[in-house]
Amino acid sequence: MTEKAATPLLLLHPSRGLIDEKFSLMVQNLSQIQEITLHALIHSDDGDYWEAFGHYVSDATGLVNVANDSSLGGTYDGVKPMGLLWSMRPVPGSRIGLRLRKKEVHTPMLVHISVYRGHMSQGFKEQVALASVVTERWYMSPGVRRVDITEGGITGTLFLPPGPGPFPALLDLWGGGGGLVEYRSALLSSHGFVSLALEYMTPRTSGGTDIGFCSYLNSAAFTVLKQHPQVCGDRIAILGLSFGTSVALGMAVYSTVIQPRCLVCVSGSHVQPVKGSLSDVFSEINKNVHNTRYDEENRVIWRDLLLPIPTDPTKKVDVGQLKCPVLMIVGEDDQNWPATESAEDMKQMMEKAGNSHLLTTLSYPGAGHLIEPPYSPHIRASNFMVAGTRQKFVVLWGGETAPHGYAQEDSWKKTLSFLEEHLYRSTEVTSPSNL
Amino acid sequence: MGCQPHHLLPLFGCFCLVFFSRCVSTMVGTSPLLSVQPTRGLVDEKIQVVVRNLPPAFSVTLHSLHHSEDKDLWEAFGQYTSDGQGTVTVAKDASLGGTYEGAEPMGLLWSMQPVPGSRTGLRLRKMDVLTPLVVHISVYSGHMTEGFSKQSPLATVVTERWYMAPGVCRIDIEEHGVRGTLFLPPGPGPFPGVLDMWGGGGGLVEYRSCLLASHGFVSMALEYLSHDKNRISDIDSKTYFEKAFRIVQEHPLVMKDRVALFGLSFGTSVALNLAAYSKDISPRCCVCISGSHVLPVNKSISEVFKKINEDRYKTRFDEEGCVVWRDIILPIPTDLGEKVDMGRIKCPLMLVVGEDDQNWATVESAKDMAQMMRAAGNEHLLTVLQYPDAGHLIEPPYTPHFRASNFIVQKTRQKVIMLWGGYTKPHADAQEDCWEKSLGFLRQHLYPSHDSVPKAKL
Repeated sequence: MTEKAATPLLLLHPSRGLIDEKFSLMVQNLSQIQEITLHALIHSDDGDYWEAFGHYVSDATGLVNVANDSSLGGTYDGVKPMGLLWSMRPVPGSRIGLRLRKKEVHTPMLVHISVYRGHMSQGFKEQVALASVVTERWYMSPGVRRVDITEGGITGTLFLPPGPGPFPALLDLWGGGGGLVEYRSALLSSHGFVSLALEYMTPRTSGGTDIGFCSYLNSAAFTVLKQHPQVCGDRIAILGLSFGTSVALGMAVYSTVIQPRCLVCVSGSHVQPVKGSLSDVFSEINKNVHNTRYDEENRVIWRDLLLPIPTDPTKKVDVGQLKCPVLMIVGEDDQNWPATESAEDMKQMMEKAGNSHLLTTLSYPGAGHLIEPPYSPHIRASNFMVAGTRQKFVVLWGGETAPHGYAQEDSWKKTLSFLEEHLYRSTEVTSPSNL
Repeated sequence: MGCQPHHLLPLFGCFCLVFFSRCVSTMVGTSPLLSVQPTRGLVDEKIQVVVRNLPPAFSVTLHSLHHSEDKDLWEAFGQYTSDGQGTVTVAKDASLGGTYEGAEPMGLLWSMQPVPGSRTGLRLRKMDVLTPLVVHISVYSGHMTEGFSKQSPLATVVTERWYMAPGVCRIDIEEHGVRGTLFLPPGPGPFPGVLDMWGGGGGLVEYRSCLLASHGFVSMALEYLSHDKNRISDIDSKTYFEKAFRIVQEHPLVMKDRVALFGLSFGTSVALNLAAYSKDISPRCCVCISGSHVLPVNKSISEVFKKINEDRYKTRFDEEGCVVWRDIILPIPTDLGEKVDMGRIKCPLMLVVGEDDQNWATVESAKDMAQMMRAAGNEHLLTVLQYPDAGHLIEPPYTPHFRASNFIVQKTRQKVIMLWGGYTKPHADAQEDCWEKSLGFLRQHLYPSHDSVPKAKL
């Protein structure tokens, strides 16, 4: 390095953050009006590499600040402070149909952020960066405790915030892919909620054994929460994504045991055979399997399987009977489930029944099905296996990267606000949400 | 665990206690929401502590607790009243009392002190830099000053404070008789380098070097006063430090012409001696904290200590029996053999002194150094940061201040309580300001930028 060459300084704060925290990122000590590329790289738990990059030009003082400066191209453009995270995608040559999900929540995602000379779009591996830093992104804040739950016949993972409590609680339900997905619960716990991630689609429930849908299983989970010494029994909510939404709505309306304080329903529908078992639900959906479509890359579009929204009341949850506030989050480009049409139908049903003041709908143009906690990459399609089957598909989820990234950020912020309002602040069970 | 009964509840019977204790918060109507951001930060990063969802105009106490490596408990606390929205924002609201007062965003960290009943003369230092300092921050009902361990807080969060940023690499160094620890920042480099020297307490203290690496400098913490009696004093001569400097300089990731010296207390004297007299090495710049140029010139360390010993009769004691060493080098000698010839300094120099330094006569030394440089015509290289009511141990920010602490005298192995000086709040301010300016100074001189013109003054 000669006297004249500058060594850029990459400044990133905080160097360890929660997955939903913003960071500030600046590059100092560049030449004036110098072209650079900012690059982010993750080596996932599954062994794949994900990357994002943006093209910038330094100002007269040799500074690039992603909070103010525009990316001129790359995997994102414009002024997008967190673009290096939400626009990530598998590096060229990767396996197809990947989805970035953190299974091990005790460790962070490590993101390598580098600055390269010039405007590059490939070949990052072969080039030496000008500077590089590492940032940790955590789902779990310090002090959060993780507990395996196997009591009462249920399988789940409980996350508890630090402190004496008692805390409000959440039952956290994912979708038809099944399994035990913990990261959202870990993150919710980092925000002050006890959260139970529940495995409800285990082969024994979905493969045909006839366990009722609003079943012992789900009541048992709710009861586990209610009876926990650190949980406020009357401040329990249900958060569901995709199929988890249907479960949540069913539980809220038909269960005598379960009285959630409020519901958050993401990318889901109220359309399901009422009071049936899980296998009844799947048979019903399968009746419409001829409605499956395929896009130009042969990826499965399942949104029509529930369409048209039935008028028969036995085929959908009677949302007119809901007694608690509901936050519905839908992506308008959802190719997997007719979330927009369902939300519209729910609104009509509730207006007729006189309880539509309980409903708040957040609808995001250009967003797809998988609306997850923010700054994780958008996935327009990925490999998918329905729980209990051996059939593999490449499913089209929908959405475009930038609007989907925005939807995740905005809906998460509003979700946390909504939960805080109804679980921490509100003293009335039926107060309308004030978003 | 369960929640504690509300203060009205003891009037009710047992059954009611069980029933109500499930959800006191529902009875009261709100459950406080305590947040600290970032949850994991570097030691010199600021935190935002906010309590929401309290009743309006509600008295609370914010409390921090740290269980040290030495197994002592340290705590700080501030008393607040929530605003009309039931919120307390530590960065903006005034603490009405506690271990700190006024609007002090970082008061819960820098005003920490050993809990009542602790051993005396404690100093909080993190020796294992691979793990963070873990601090529990809680909010209690009412304005409390004691008994925090007997009361259940309304809420608690945990925050980690790290000296080491992700990607920083720690390497043990034992080369040509030189012992130290090298810290490398993440990235391809090359980086500027720092040789980091602590004071007469000796040993190998890593955290400052680790933090410097987290800011983009290759930094080596140097052991030159071993606690191990069996170590031969091959650390006697200037050669030891020159060798150490070259270890940093010759590292493949280091820019050879951009290596600085960073010293505290006796480390400052070493740095000045090297900068003025070494023919072998040439620091790009020096940061010298709480130190003096007064020492037998160009002599070995043992000869220096011998001289200090001769002057030890000048030791004073304060009203609590703490040792005051500040007079040992006074009066500042006029004889040039007894102090570093500051006219020989060729690189930018930042001197940092605390005006209430009770351990070494650093204020008088700084004044004399400035005079010498003025006379020699190299004063443009000098920047002096002088902090009223700050003591001797000016360290990276937000760690507690202690006016005196246990100390083992190197030569005699005698245990004393050493008076360092300083008062908590001004000392904390000094640490914060000094660290920011030290980093700025190092960046300015060590990280070349295209438009930079060498400037000594900030």
